[in-house]
Amino acid sequence: MKIVVCIKQVPDTKGGVKFNPDGTLDRGAMLAIMNPDDKAGLEAALRIKDATGAEVTVLTMGLPKAADVLREAIAMGADKGILVTDRVLGGADTWATSTTIAGAIRNIDYDLIITGRQAIDGDTAQVGPQIAEHLGIPVISYAEDIKIDGDKVVVKRQYDDRYHMVEAKMPCLITALAELNDPRYMTPGGIFDACAAEITTWGRADLKDVDDANLGLKGSPTKIAKASDKVRKGAGEKVVPDSPEDAVEYIVSKLSEKHVI
Amino acid sequence: MDFTLSKEHEMARQLFKDFAEKEVKPLAQEIDEQHRFPRETVDKLAKYGFLGIPVEKEFEGQGCDPLTYAMCVEEMSKVCGTTGVIVSAHTSLCVDPIQTYGTPEQKAKYLPDLASGRKLGAFGLTEPGAGTDAQGQQTKAVFDAEANEWVLNGSKCFITNGKEADVYIIIAVTGKVEKRGRVQKEISAFIVEKGTPGFSFGTKENKMGICASSTYELIFTDCRIPADALLGAKGKGFGIAMHTLDGGRIGIAAQALGLAEGALETTINYVKERKQFGRTISAFQNTQFQLADMATKVEAAKLLVYKAAMKKAEYKKNPKTSYSVEAAMAKLYAAEVAMEVTTKCVQLHGGYGYIKEYDVERMMRDAKITEIYEGTSEVQRMVISANILA
Repeated sequence: MKIVVCIKQVPDTKGGVKFNPDGTLDRGAMLAIMNPDDKAGLEAALRIKDATGAEVTVLTMGLPKAADVLREAIAMGADKGILVTDRVLGGADTWATSTTIAGAIRNIDYDLIITGRQAIDGDTAQVGPQIAEHLGIPVISYAEDIKIDGDKVVVKRQYDDRYHMVEAKMPCLITALAELNDPRYMTPGGIFDACAAEITTWGRADLKDVDDANLGLKGSPTKIAKASDKVRKGAGEKVVPDSPEDAVEYIVSKLSEKHVI
Repeated sequence: MDFTLSKEHEMARQLFKDFAEKEVKPLAQEIDEQHRFPRETVDKLAKYGFLGIPVEKEFEGQGCDPLTYAMCVEEMSKVCGTTGVIVSAHTSLCVDPIQTYGTPEQKAKYLPDLASGRKLGAFGLTEPGAGTDAQGQQTKAVFDAEANEWVLNGSKCFITNGKEADVYIIIAVTGKVEKRGRVQKEISAFIVEKGTPGFSFGTKENKMGICASSTYELIFTDCRIPADALLGAKGKGFGIAMHTLDGGRIGIAAQALGLAEGALETTINYVKERKQFGRTISAFQNTQFQLADMATKVEAAKLLVYKAAMKKAEYKKNPKTSYSVEAAMAKLYAAEVAMEVTTKCVQLHGGYGYIKEYDVERMMRDAKITEIYEGTSEVQRMVISANILA
């Protein structure tokens, strides 16, 4: 079995987001890490590897320094790393990014593609499903649990108030949630091996069946007008009314207090 | 000369730091208070290969260099001095002598279990009457030719990882030799396994610091071990012990460095928050100058520790290289800096620094032992001065 895991190097937003005066992200001022949802996707792939001996290839698109996350993934146990990097691919939105990654994956033999649900620097959750669309394979998003059953995957898909059990025949693509698992640490020996490992580097010329009109800044229909940090919601107020009548009375009083009714 | 860490070492440091923050720090206060050996942490250290960092991959080790190992002890000790010494005693005092002096059979038998952390190691040299004067050994090993066994009798004290270890390097007297006209004890080294009849544990020490570390007395009463349990040649035990301690000193120096760094980091955060006379205490020049002095000393200690670790790496390539003086200097300086920095950090915390809820209280107690074990600061001065006057 062959698994491709798409990962992204992102700025660590744990300590808050820093912006340049022009409103773009100040990536230099923030620590670069592997996107948490992607890391959970990688861990899921490594667990399948532990159980079945699958081969795990990690792929990223980004600046040359994005090779760092590939090395981290190899130090955790991935077999190979592929970096897609080229000046003409810069400034890509989700459409151009998914076009590029799909163009790279067309060169690879795979049964399963795993991506993170979304990256913490953009929060779009679009790239994974778009890759599946470009490649013409099924997609199961928001995976909380992944099981391999012969030539199928069985995925527990998270919803707001429920979950769905979804089955798909491979090849297919799954987008993973950070809640999926607790990713393993690297090992010291794994780090030394990863630093000695050769990272395959691909540019525009290596992408298969893609049109230049869909690549890089020029191929990106999205224009960012303004970026801002997430507004964190407060903890809210918890009330435990004694009866449904009390609950109705409380809600009505609150709504009229806010002039909603 | 380049003071920049390699990519491998940067990544390894980040790994150790993340692990220490998530897995070790949350337990540090609790295990100190309860004097409880953190077996769950040891299992995790084993899982990620932290108990076999400088061991060859053929023996299930990580195949990394002594600097990576020192950085692991340093980062663990930043948040928990006990965890730092568990790694150090196991790796430097038990794994290393087997790696260096073991026969191919001994290496094959012990190293995979030790490097993978399935088994934990310890080292017994110190006796009630033989501390700094290591020649004062009383524990005896007599060879029973008929049974082809050694018979051990005696006791060892203050043994780190004492009751928790599975494999012990034990130093014992095997006879008498004449050296330069004087009769001296002939000393040899042995590998002894837990569970061997006649090998038992005595008192558990109730210590000032590194309280969760398991420090025990080991007792040997007609303890029979096979002939091939002898480590290195008969009569070479003193040299093996001294060489093992050279390496151990790098581990303890790294522990001391970690304790100093941990206390300093904690204190930097504290002084930026604590307000007195209407401003944070970081705004006072006394605080600023103390922090500046401490940061400078910590950096100097780090350079000495890393240099000693790199000298040991050279030794691994060329066994004629000695790292004895570098290790002694690193341990002497880092231990004294750890004691000074942790004491000053308690002072900067004021009354809160004296309360067990605050990490610096534990760090100051933990730091003291680094000036004592694996050769006191006085012994390090003897090693260093003997070298420069030779």
